[in-house]
Amino acid sequence: MNSSSGLRFKTYVMILLMVTFGPLGNAMLGKGMKSVGAVSVRTFPDLLHTLRQIFTSGSILLGVGFLLLFFVANMLVLSWADYSFIQPASSFAYGVVALWGHFLLHEVVTPTRWLGVLIICAGVFVVGYTPPRTTEPH
Amino acid sequence: MFWEILLLLAIVTAGTGGELCVTRAMKTIGEVKEFRPAAVIRVIVRALQVGWMWLGLLLMAVAFFSLLGALSIENVSFVVPTTAMSYAAGALGGKFFLGEQVTRQRWAGVVLVCIGVTLVFIGRK
Repeated sequence: MNSSSGLRFKTYVMILLMVTFGPLGNAMLGKGMKSVGAVSVRTFPDLLHTLRQIFTSGSILLGVGFLLLFFVANMLVLSWADYSFIQPASSFAYGVVALWGHFLLHEVVTPTRWLGVLIICAGVFVVGYTPPRTTEPH
Repeated sequence: MFWEILLLLAIVTAGTGGELCVTRAMKTIGEVKEFRPAAVIRVIVRALQVGWMWLGLLLMAVAFFSLLGALSIENVSFVVPTTAMSYAAGALGGKFFLGEQVTRQRWAGVVLVCIGVTLVFIGRK
């Protein structure tokens, strides 16, 4: 494997991890916050009560765990690849999160919203054919 | 609606700012070539010694709590795709903050993403 294909391979493995863990984390946060309800913080005790609700929710803690895995993969890939490549390339996550929202959380996803998600993914393909790094490594 | 837009703006601006700072910190560390757990932990420890990483984490925490606030009032399939507006901010930040070359093709991708986000917003139920 030459260095260019090696660079692409490890970049795509990290993007796969990000696209797996990011949406799962967000879906779990969504599930947890739905059970917490609309947040209304007017006083300091309100804030403490809300924080206690948030950080004792199993779904939210699981979501945070998945997002930490996402963050580590994101951090590692950013050590060699351009931010302006990684950010759009990982946007498959938007399609995946809509799927999770629909099938796991039973959210109503309108046809217009699905179309929007598909166009976001189309943007990914356009960006995916640009080189992963345009700056010199340090 | 006011709070939703405010929270979405906070997610986009703080999230993008945080990622740009983390990128800058990771570029200071240099390319990661080893992926054994001990090596990854060493990289994380080194990254935490860079000021940009802490600023990035602070901004990401702001984005995280804004995300929680938005998710308490809106569906995840609306909130998360809408935050893709950070693509425009990210491409601009990549170009002007990190000195990356954002090609016309990348800009075209970013424009498509923005159109998609607009449709997600219009398709709000």
